Amino acid sequence: MKLQVENLNFSYNHHKILNDISLHVNNGEFVGIIGPNGSGKSTLLKNLYRALTPDSGSIYLDHENYRDLKIKDIAKKLGVIGQDNGVPFDFAVNEIVAMGRSPHKKLFEGDKKEDKEIIQNALNTVGMADMAERNYLYLSGGEKQRVLLARVLSQQTEFLVLDEPTNHLDIHHQLRIFDVIKGLGATVLSAIHDLNIASLYCDRIYVMKDGSIYKSGTPEEILTSENIKEVFNIKTDVRQHPVTKKAMITYLPESTFNKGEDIVV
Amino acid sequence: MLNNLRHRQLPKGLKETNLIVILSFLVLLMIGTIIFATGMGPVSVHTTTVLQILISKIPFLSNPVGNDWTQVEESIVVGLRLPRVLLGLIVGASLSVTGVALQALVRNHLADPFILGVSSGASATATLGMLFGTFSFLGTYSLSLSAFIGAVVVIVLVYALSRVNGKINMTQLLLSGVAIGLIMESITKLITLSAPNALGLHNATFWMAGSLAGAKWGYLTLPLLVMFLCMTILLLNYRALNALLAGDETAGTLGFNVNVIQTMLVLIASLLAGVTIAVSGSIGFVGLMIPHITRLLIGSDHKKVLPVSAFLGGILVVWTDVAARLIIAPEELPIGVLTAIFGGPFFIWLLKKNARK
Repeated sequence: MKLQVENLNFSYNHHKILNDISLHVNNGEFVGIIGPNGSGKSTLLKNLYRALTPDSGSIYLDHENYRDLKIKDIAKKLGVIGQDNGVPFDFAVNEIVAMGRSPHKKLFEGDKKEDKEIIQNALNTVGMADMAERNYLYLSGGEKQRVLLARVLSQQTEFLVLDEPTNHLDIHHQLRIFDVIKGLGATVLSAIHDLNIASLYCDRIYVMKDGSIYKSGTPEEILTSENIKEVFNIKTDVRQHPVTKKAMITYLPESTFNKGEDIVV
Repeated sequence: MLNNLRHRQLPKGLKETNLIVILSFLVLLMIGTIIFATGMGPVSVHTTTVLQILISKIPFLSNPVGNDWTQVEESIVVGLRLPRVLLGLIVGASLSVTGVALQALVRNHLADPFILGVSSGASATATLGMLFGTFSFLGTYSLSLSAFIGAVVVIVLVYALSRVNGKINMTQLLLSGVAIGLIMESITKLITLSAPNALGLHNATFWMAGSLAGAKWGYLTLPLLVMFLCMTILLLNYRALNALLAGDETAGTLGFNVNVIQTMLVLIASLLAGVTIAVSGSIGFVGLMIPHITRLLIGSDHKKVLPVSAFLGGILVVWTDVAARLIIAPEELPIGVLTAIFGGPFFIWLLKKNARK
């Protein structure tokens, strides 16, 4: 599965939000998008999963233009976890996960034995099998996010688009969710809030700033003190971690400098 | 393994019970309701007599039963009560399914044709048609069609007004429902006050009160057909309705064309509300209470919610109608008055419950 985006532009109320975005995700790659709030990460992803329609530009999924694909066909190839995941009605966990089977189903077709197995496997993968009958409304944030991941897994798509899937989760759940995703071997494009998480899991990273792609490259190329200072306007100390061999970012608060000590970074 | 065992031993709730079992039970309950409710009224007919009369009407079964009932009893059962009970079932089922469709459309428990002003809109155009013959070019079904037009106008207006940044805002939804409902009621008053003839006015007032009293066999066909049609379309799309409850965007990523489905829901809800209101006037809160009770019992999966709420709604309306004709017998209460007396507090309770979440 390969995604190719060419010269995508999007504006809202005559206000330009995405400016000439081009990016690609190769088969099997884990690609992250980082950038400050309001840089256009979510808007870009929404354009990719068709919640918004771009003003101009093309999107290709395996060399097929989006314009030539039916909504249902896209749903068979591309699974999405967006930001807005409230379900204001009583659904059991397994009913939420069963929704992922929708694009594979005809009108009125029920869940067959095979579908039930897929749903069960998805729940096992995210470690929520015990909770299959529980009410989704009363789960914790981390559990809800795992259920949504199971829903996307039961959709059986090769390509996942994720919009900050671990937002508001504690560090245990953040790592757990990304471990599961990484373990799938799927092609992934994910907006990621936490730079260290991005460093740990991504093969490549796109940096967004003011609605444009500011830079792209491997985590080591992107996650440098200079780049982070330029985009996020913060001071950091970046080193290679001895165990993971990945870039490790330490944020340096202003108070560290106000003491008048000279810190060499 | 231990965990698994413990789960197995837990008593199974209604939520895991097979849909077929639940529906069979509801069909039995419905048949019981038809038999018992038909006998009850200012003039009561004994249940066995009702049963004998009903069986005698079934072809090939008429011989074994005796013929020991009076002509009056037969005409009460067949001519008055039975069509009324059946109309109650259809009206109740249609109103409940309208509620389910509207709730999926606006993604909110609190949607109901009465609360969103849909009933008032249908009443306004229906009154216009009844008194001025505005829609008489539509032929035999002009009353139903005129009510449908009013319902569509209100649903589209309320839906458009309550969409803020692509999402339905609950406050906007309820307020615009109330406001448009009031406007439509005023228009209805205006129409009745400037009515050209007294007889038409009398008919319109009687009809508006919300009652099943005028039920005739001829009234059953169209609502029944519309209900089966709408129910079939909704059941075919039950996955889409489930996905809509998870949000427009999510439904889109699951492969559904959200605009098409929402347009379909607007048309279906209007059609059901319009046709129902044309035969029974406005009976409020059924579309609010029944889907909610159904979801409490069996969860929110539309494959179950649609048929179960249709049965429960029909049964509830029939029994409320029995109460309406018994409480101040031989006079009759409009059934709409009774459903509002129970439904109003239920709505307030839901509102408080929602606020706590």
